[in-house]
Amino acid sequence: MQDTYTTGAEIKAAPRRLPPEVNILFVLVGIALVFEILGWIFQGQSFLMSIDRLKIMILQVSVIGIISVGVTQVIIAGGIDLSSGSVVGAVAMFAMSFAQVSTYARAVYPDLTDLPAIVPIALGLMAGALVGLINGALIAYAKIPPFIATLGTMVTARGFAKWYTKGQPISFPTDDFAFIGKGMMPVAIFLAVAAIFHVAMKYTRYGKFTYAIGANQQAARVSGINVEHHLIKVYVVAATLAALAGMVVAARGQTAQAGMGLAYELDAIAMAVIGGVSLTGGRGSILGTMIGMVIFGVIISGFTFLRLDAYYQEMIKGVIIVAAVVADVYRQKKRTKKS
Amino acid sequence: MLDATLSTTGAQGRRHYDGEFILEVDGVRKEFPGVVALDNVQLKIRPGSVHALMGENGAGKSTLMKIIAGVYNPDRGEVRFAGEKLVIRTPIDALNCGIAMIHQELNLMNTMTVAENVWIRREPKGAFGLIDHARMGTMTAELFASLNIHLDPLAIVGDLTVAQKQMIEIAKAVSYNSDVLIMDEPTSAITETEVEHLFAIIRDLRARGVGIVYITHKMNEIFEIADELTVFRDGKYISTVPASEVTRDDIIRMMVGREITEMFPKVDCPIGDVILDVQNLSLPGVFDNISFKLRKGEILGVAGLVGSGRSNVAEALFGVHPAETGDIWIDGEHVVMTSPQVAMDHGLAFLTEDRKETGCFLVLDCLENMQMALITRDKVNGAGFVQQAEVTRLVQEYSAKLRVKTPNLAERVENLSGGNQQKLLIARWLLTNPRILILDEPTRGIDVGAKSEIHRLITALAGQGVAVLMISSELPEVLGMSDRIMVMHEGRVSGFLDRAEATQVRVMELAAK
Repeated sequence: MQDTYTTGAEIKAAPRRLPPEVNILFVLVGIALVFEILGWIFQGQSFLMSIDRLKIMILQVSVIGIISVGVTQVIIAGGIDLSSGSVVGAVAMFAMSFAQVSTYARAVYPDLTDLPAIVPIALGLMAGALVGLINGALIAYAKIPPFIATLGTMVTARGFAKWYTKGQPISFPTDDFAFIGKGMMPVAIFLAVAAIFHVAMKYTRYGKFTYAIGANQQAARVSGINVEHHLIKVYVVAATLAALAGMVVAARGQTAQAGMGLAYELDAIAMAVIGGVSLTGGRGSILGTMIGMVIFGVIISGFTFLRLDAYYQEMIKGVIIVAAVVADVYRQKKRTKKS
Repeated sequence: MLDATLSTTGAQGRRHYDGEFILEVDGVRKEFPGVVALDNVQLKIRPGSVHALMGENGAGKSTLMKIIAGVYNPDRGEVRFAGEKLVIRTPIDALNCGIAMIHQELNLMNTMTVAENVWIRREPKGAFGLIDHARMGTMTAELFASLNIHLDPLAIVGDLTVAQKQMIEIAKAVSYNSDVLIMDEPTSAITETEVEHLFAIIRDLRARGVGIVYITHKMNEIFEIADELTVFRDGKYISTVPASEVTRDDIIRMMVGREITEMFPKVDCPIGDVILDVQNLSLPGVFDNISFKLRKGEILGVAGLVGSGRSNVAEALFGVHPAETGDIWIDGEHVVMTSPQVAMDHGLAFLTEDRKETGCFLVLDCLENMQMALITRDKVNGAGFVQQAEVTRLVQEYSAKLRVKTPNLAERVENLSGGNQQKLLIARWLLTNPRILILDEPTRGIDVGAKSEIHRLITALAGQGVAVLMISSELPEVLGMSDRIMVMHEGRVSGFLDRAEATQVRVMELAAK
C-alpha cells in the first residue's frame, strides 16, 4: 500500500501532558492541607504527621475501596451497580457459615467446621460471581436498565442475608479465615486489587473494550466487540470484588451480620465519581478512584481528628460529591470548547 | 365547526391577507462550518395553493424548513409572512404566527391518547383549571369528522399503525388552523389509500385558502397535487415553475443538472473474481429480495433516496441487523451473517453512515478509536494484553498514510474535524486488512479536501483488489467512483447501471420512480 499515496508526517503517540488524575490529586492535597491548618489552629498538632492516623485512615476506606474498583469499571462501561453493598452483607454471611471453628457449639453447619480458609473464600467469590452473572444477564440480554436490574439484586441479596440465619449473626471464624481481615491485610488486598485492575483497564483488551462500550455501545458493537459477553464479565467482576470486600469485613470483625455493607454501594460510587469517573461512561480510571478513595478517608479522619460531629461529616461528604461532579462537568466543557 | 373549537383553545384563527404571497423566503443564506447549506435561496408561497419543494438529498430543503420553523437563524436574507418580516425563535413562535409543520419523522407521544396528542399545550380547561377530558374528546371527534379520519380519540397512540399516526400528525397540524402548512414527505410512510385521503384533505385546505409547502421525492405526486414547484440544488435556488408547464424529465434535469466539479479520480484497475455473492436478501418491511455480486477490485456504488433501504442492506451484510431470509456467499463459502464478528472473520469492514452515533468513541482518544476493531481479533497476547508498541506503530503508520490531522494520538476524537474523524474511522477498518469494504456515505459532511483524499484512497484500495460497496447520496460521487451502480427504490433494487451508461438523470429515474 505504501506506493499508492503520499504519506503525511509522523504523528506522535502521546503528548507530554499531565494525566487528568493530577487535578484530583490537587484536590486531595488541598483538602489535606486544610485539615493540617485547622489541626494546628484547633488541636495544636499536625494532622498528617501521624503514621497511626494515616494507617487508620487508609484502613477505614480500604474495604469500600475494593468495591469501588469494581464499580469503577462498571461505570466506565456505562452502567451502574447498586447491588454491591448487599453483596457484602450476603457473602459475609454465606462465607462465614463455612468458616466457623469446631470449638464453637452453635455453628451454622456443625458438620462443616474447621474447613481450610480457601473453601469459604472460594464459595464466597462464587456466590458473588453468581450475583454478577444475574446482573449482567439482566442488563446485557434482557436489556433492563442497569439501575433497575442492580436495584433488584440489591434488595434480593439483602433479603438473602437476613433469611440465611433468620437474622442471627455468624461468628467465630477460623484463624486462617480471620487472617484476611487482620491488621493491614485489608489495605494489602485493596492495593493488590487496585494494581491488577489498573493494569487490566490500561493495557489489556478487557479494559479497552470496557472503555469502548461505555463511550459508544453501538460503535463498539460495529467494531466487532461482543458487547453482551463483555458486559456480563464486567458485572461479574464487580460483584466478585464486592464479595471479596464482604469477606474481608467479616474476617476483620470476626463476625458476619445481615446488615453489613449497608449503603457501601453509594460510597463506592461516590469515590469513583470524586475520582473523575464519568457516569456517562467511557471516562475515568482506577488511579482516579484510588485518589477519590483517599479523599474520602481524609475527610472522615479529618473530622474525627477535629472532633466534629459525625452529622457534619455526612453533609460535607454530600457537598464534596456534588462539587466533584460539577467541577468535572465544567472541565469537560472547557476541554471540548478549546479546539 | 373547526373555528368554534379553536376559539375556545386560544389558538388564533386564520387571518385574511390579500397580498400575492403569504410566505416569502428571500435571499436566505445559511452556512455551517465548512459547508454552505443555503445560498441566496427564495421560496414564495401563494395563499390557497400547493407549492412543491424539490431537490436531491442535501439540496437544502430541510435546512430551509428548519429556518422557517425557528430552529436555525439565517445568516442573511429574511422570511416574510403576510408581508411582514418574521422573527421566529422556537417552533411555538412559528405556530403562533400561523405556520404549522408536519415533520418527516413522527413527533407523537406514544404513551398518551390520540386526543392528548392533538391538543397538547392547548388542552381545554374545566373547573379549577383542570383538563376537561370529555370536551377534549368531543373536540377531537369533531376535528376528525371534518377531515374524514376514523380514529378513536381515546386510543393510545403507541397501539396505532405508522399510517394512522401520520394521519394524527396531519390532523394536529390542521387543528392549528394556520395560514401556512408545511409538509415534509408526508407520504413516505403511508399507503395508496391514505395518500388519496391526504390529498383530499390538502385540496380542502387549499380551497380554504391555506398556503401549503409540500416536500416530496415522488414525481407522480407533484403532478397530482402541486400548483407550483420550486427546485433547489446544492443549497441554491434553481427555479420556480407552474406544475402544469413542466414534465418529469424537466424536473429531474433541474434537480441534478450540476457539473461535476470535484475530481473523482477513479482509475481503472483489473476486476477479479466474485468475492461477495448476495442472493434474495430480505428483511420484511425494510428491504426485499436484494441480489447482487461484488468482485475483487470492483467499486459497486449504491444509489437511492434516503429511506430506500440502502443502509439497512449494508447493516444486514455486516451482521448488525441480520436479514431474515436470503443467502450470502463470500469467496464461494455460504455465510450465515449473525453478528459483526462473523462478518469480520470473513474479511468484511463496515464504515457506518453516522459517524457520531455508530462510528466514533467521542470521549476516547485517536489511538483507542483506531485500534479498537483490530484488537478484537489480533495483536493481543494469550493473557489478554494488547501488544501496544506494535499496534501504536501500525496506527501511526496508517494515520500518516491517511494524513489524519491531529496534534497527537492522545487527542480526544471529539476535538477533531468531521473529515479527520472519518479518516480515522477508515483507518480503524484498514488496520483489519479487509477484503470487502462497505462504505456508507464515506464523505458525508466533510470538506472538499478531505473528500478527494478519501476518494483517492478508495480507488487505491480497489487497485489492491479490495472489493468496495459504496453507498452514497451524492450522485457525482457515485457516478465518478463506481464501476457499476446499483440503484435502490423503496427497499428493492430498481436497476443496475454500468459506468459507461450511468448518468445523473438515469440514476434519478431509477431512484425516484
